[in-house]
Amino acid sequence: MTSQDTFDRLVARFPGFELEYVEGKDPAVLVKAENLVALAQYLRDDEECDYCSSITGVDYPEHFEVVYHLYSMKNEGGPVILKVRAERENPHVPSVTSIWRGANWQEREVWDLMGIRFDGHPDLRRVLLWEGYQGHPLRKDFPGPQDEYTFS
Amino acid sequence: MTQEDLVPPELKRNVFVAPVDWIYNIGRAGSVWPIMFGLACCAFEMIVTLTSRFDLSRFGMEFMRASPRQSELMIVSGTVTKKMAPQVVRLYDQMPEPKYVMAMGACAISGGPFKDGYNVVPGIDKYLPVDVYVPGCPPRPESLLDGAIKLHQKIRSETILTSPWYRKGVDRELPVPELGPWGLVLPKGEESE
Repeated sequence: MTSQDTFDRLVARFPGFELEYVEGKDPAVLVKAENLVALAQYLRDDEECDYCSSITGVDYPEHFEVVYHLYSMKNEGGPVILKVRAERENPHVPSVTSIWRGANWQEREVWDLMGIRFDGHPDLRRVLLWEGYQGHPLRKDFPGPQDEYTFS
Repeated sequence: MTQEDLVPPELKRNVFVAPVDWIYNIGRAGSVWPIMFGLACCAFEMIVTLTSRFDLSRFGMEFMRASPRQSELMIVSGTVTKKMAPQVVRLYDQMPEPKYVMAMGACAISGGPFKDGYNVVPGIDKYLPVDVYVPGCPPRPESLLDGAIKLHQKIRSETILTSPWYRKGVDRELPVPELGPWGLVLPKGEESE
């Protein structure tokens, strides 16, 4: 649960980032893609969010969204939730592998199943499906496997 | 002339006459060793079938062999993903004959709830000759024991003269499917069954 206090601290620290507070059951911070790495660096070093629990891709009609759940093992706090939007055509998001090394395979999974590219990732290959697979199966417009066993 | 007349009178109390098949099949059915691998949640029901409460070793099947070369039964226990299917077929090819396949659970039989998924084989019988189907999701250990008994019945009903294991000129190696752009494709020159 990203608290209002955390959000206020982030806005005070980064006034030029145009952060948005996303209300809901689990409030989150909406951050622009170009500011993600700087914000993540601050959250890890100063807010002590030392554990990137999950990286998820979401397919919305207008855009893709990548959701980060950050926890603090040291303070037993969290999660701080970050959301980053990417355009539908050729989606790109900067990689946070340099900040949390555990993000490596999670970003590969999002690339594999949702087709969102992570710039600066050291080894962006498919992790669950095999090389040479056609398309990204968790996208809403994925047509389904067109093999001999597909029934309509 | 009955079988009893074949035995000389002085040996009547010492010699027991039976068909070779009967003796041979009892020996084979009494020690069917499964290969030790599990694919999904059905594997846990297979594991608990081996424990003392259900005790698969009552039927001589307690040795789960870790090598395909020492086993004669493949229990396909769970969902076969397209990425795993080539390895499953290759393991089957490495098993010595006679060999049997038991498809355990809805996923191994037909793909189950994941049939239309992008990475699930809709039934391992597309690639392997399945002898016994054990339905359930997952099947309870009693079902697996019943499947084992059905397999024993099948083994006992075989004869040396007609079973394919002892014939010449039978193509024994199954084609190993390969990963294509959408899913599994059989290698060139092979037709799907």
